[in-house]
Amino acid sequence: MARNIVEFRNLKTYFYTEEGVVKAVNDVSFSIREGETVCVVGESGCGKSVTALSLMRLIQSPPGKIVGGEIIFDGRDILKLSDAEMRRIRGNEIGMIFQEPMTSLNPVLTIGDQLMEPLMLHKHMTKKEAWNKAIELIKQVGIPRAEQIMTSYPHELSGGMRQRIMIAMAISCDPKLLIADEPTTALDVTIQAQILDLLRRLKEEKKMALMLITHDLGIVAEMADYVVVMYAGKVIEEAPVRELFKNPKHPYTRGLLKAKPVIGRRQERLYTIPGQVPNPIDLGDFCYFSDRCEYTMDVCRKKMPPFVADENGHKVACWLYEGEWKK
Amino acid sequence: MERPTPTLDYRRKNKKRGGTSLWQDAFRRFIKNKYAILGLVILTFMILFAFIGPYFSPHQDVPDVTKANQPPSKEHWLGTDNLGRDVLLRLMLAGRISLTVGIAATLILLLIGVSLGAISGYYGGWVDVIIMRIADIIYAMPGLPILIVMGAIMSDLKIPPAHRIYYVMFILGIISWVGVARLVRSQILSLKEQEFMLATEVLGLRDSKKIIKHLFPNVLPTVIVAGTLGVASSIISESALSFLGLGVVPPTPSWGYMLSAANNMIDFAKRPWLWIPPGVAIMLTVLAINFVGDALRDAFDPRQKI
Ligand SMILES: Nc1ncnc2c1ncn2[C@@H]1O[C@H](COP(=O)(O)OP(=O)(O)OP(=O)(O)O)[C@@H](O)[C@H]1O
Ligand code: SF4
Ligand SMILES: [Mg+2]
Repeated sequence: MARNIVEFRNLKTYFYTEEGVVKAVNDVSFSIREGETVCVVGESGCGKSVTALSLMRLIQSPPGKIVGGEIIFDGRDILKLSDAEMRRIRGNEIGMIFQEPMTSLNPVLTIGDQLMEPLMLHKHMTKKEAWNKAIELIKQVGIPRAEQIMTSYPHELSGGMRQRIMIAMAISCDPKLLIADEPTTALDVTIQAQILDLLRRLKEEKKMALMLITHDLGIVAEMADYVVVMYAGKVIEEAPVRELFKNPKHPYTRGLLKAKPVIGRRQERLYTIPGQVPNPIDLGDFCYFSDRCEYTMDVCRKKMPPFVADENGHKVACWLYEGEWKK
Repeated sequence: MERPTPTLDYRRKNKKRGGTSLWQDAFRRFIKNKYAILGLVILTFMILFAFIGPYFSPHQDVPDVTKANQPPSKEHWLGTDNLGRDVLLRLMLAGRISLTVGIAATLILLLIGVSLGAISGYYGGWVDVIIMRIADIIYAMPGLPILIVMGAIMSDLKIPPAHRIYYVMFILGIISWVGVARLVRSQILSLKEQEFMLATEVLGLRDSKKIIKHLFPNVLPTVIVAGTLGVASSIISESALSFLGLGVVPPTPSWGYMLSAANNMIDFAKRPWLWIPPGVAIMLTVLAINFVGDALRDAFDPRQKI
């Protein structure tokens, strides 16, 4: 079995705001293996981006702070590294792309300038080497006329092209892990499919692991090897993708799957999970989903369900499966 | 399929390989601007006029009362002043002072204003608080009284006239950086929140690189505009100081001083050769700097047409 490239162990990232402590990531543990695609899913505000930014150590402080846990990346605890060591990891060993390709590139610098930067910084290439490598990268992400693109400015490119450039930049130093935070949300559907194809192809070619954050289960089905479902700062279910789609356990995951429209099947209305994600401020010791869950029992409101694996390695945090734990 | 972007072709024709930097592109855009070239020509002329011109003058900058208040003639192209000195020569000598003060004071104010504003906006926290409180204090102090006090102190300390100009430049720079600092700070605050700055973090760039390469070009247009205004206002502030006898002291001339020396009705009505030349010199210089400043600002904005 492949080695873990990243391991989150009881990560806690809190934001100290005026309203109180926002436990954006509250005791999160999961891991990503070499070459694997892990999708992190959940509704808006459940802490997906904060988890990824914690791994990059880019939590804005104040108000944010990583208050506990460990993040083991390639054998090192990220949280114990110096700033200089961390900078050597960012862009070099871990690449990251964002949701908004329109604003992720500096408007006054040429594409070439921006693409060459990490190469010269991390790979110590000369300008000429970096230039050639950048051209190669542009071709690799499927944009024609690379030489011309090098001297263009971001506003001369379409959204899809910009996202490709962002990807080129993120993979330029052959990272072991690529984090993609909702990389296609801002793009239209056809471009979305192309970008996903590209990510999948590059992942194979470069043998990198991919941490794909999304709230689109269609993308999960298409891309993931392994799925982590988050809710209100906690991981509530995780399993290999087939297992999860075949046998979703947590009522929240089932709700998400039901909420997804199915082609060919007529539905009166799209199913949505009733209620809202609780604001993760000063939450007590109970199942955070209990307000919205249709199976809520007494115990759910009194104690937090533990996160337990079944014999297939399918983990879930829900009192409904208490019976299975004994085995 | 993604649509190709046809806009690229017409601009890229004459681009050479390696021409990827903002500065090269800015230069290309700059030299295509007619006003920029006009501005540059005027400025160059002014500088040559002021710094080289005096060597070609047949006259000496010494009083000769027998020739006082002569209108323009073959010998004195711009006439003479009330002490019989050649106005053209004095105009050139005055240009040295005014241009030096204007440009040096502006450089000082930009240096202080931009770096403090950038640090303040970028780092925030207590650094920001301290810098901005100092800025508030300086801003709250009325400029002219400070200049008057400083001028008086300089007179008291018997600072030699030749050195006073350096102090004047310095004082002008010190009291006027606040506006620029605030502008730069607020721009950096908003730029910092943009995703491309997060993207630079993600690439593992150093702070110095992030500020100089990524933030600075974005605030450059603001800085250029501030600088353009700074030169003009420094030249004018220096005039005010000289008028109050606190800037450069006679016999050293400056354009502002020449202008204000012609401050009586007779000079104004009967001897226009005393005040028109320095007025025109100030106007041309300020105009030229504005042309160059505007062109520079546009040149550094890649969204402008080439
Ligand atoms: N800078 C911040 N200050 C205060 N709270 C923050 C900050 N950043 C994030 N949070 C809080 O952390 C929680 C998780 O946010 P996060 O951005 O991780 O959500 P997400 O799962 O990525 O959602 P989305 O799908 O909308 O991107 C939210 O409740 C948010 O309010
Ligand atoms: S623990 Fe209880 S409330 Fe929570 S999801 Fe399971 S059944 Fe629902
Ligand atoms: Mg997010």
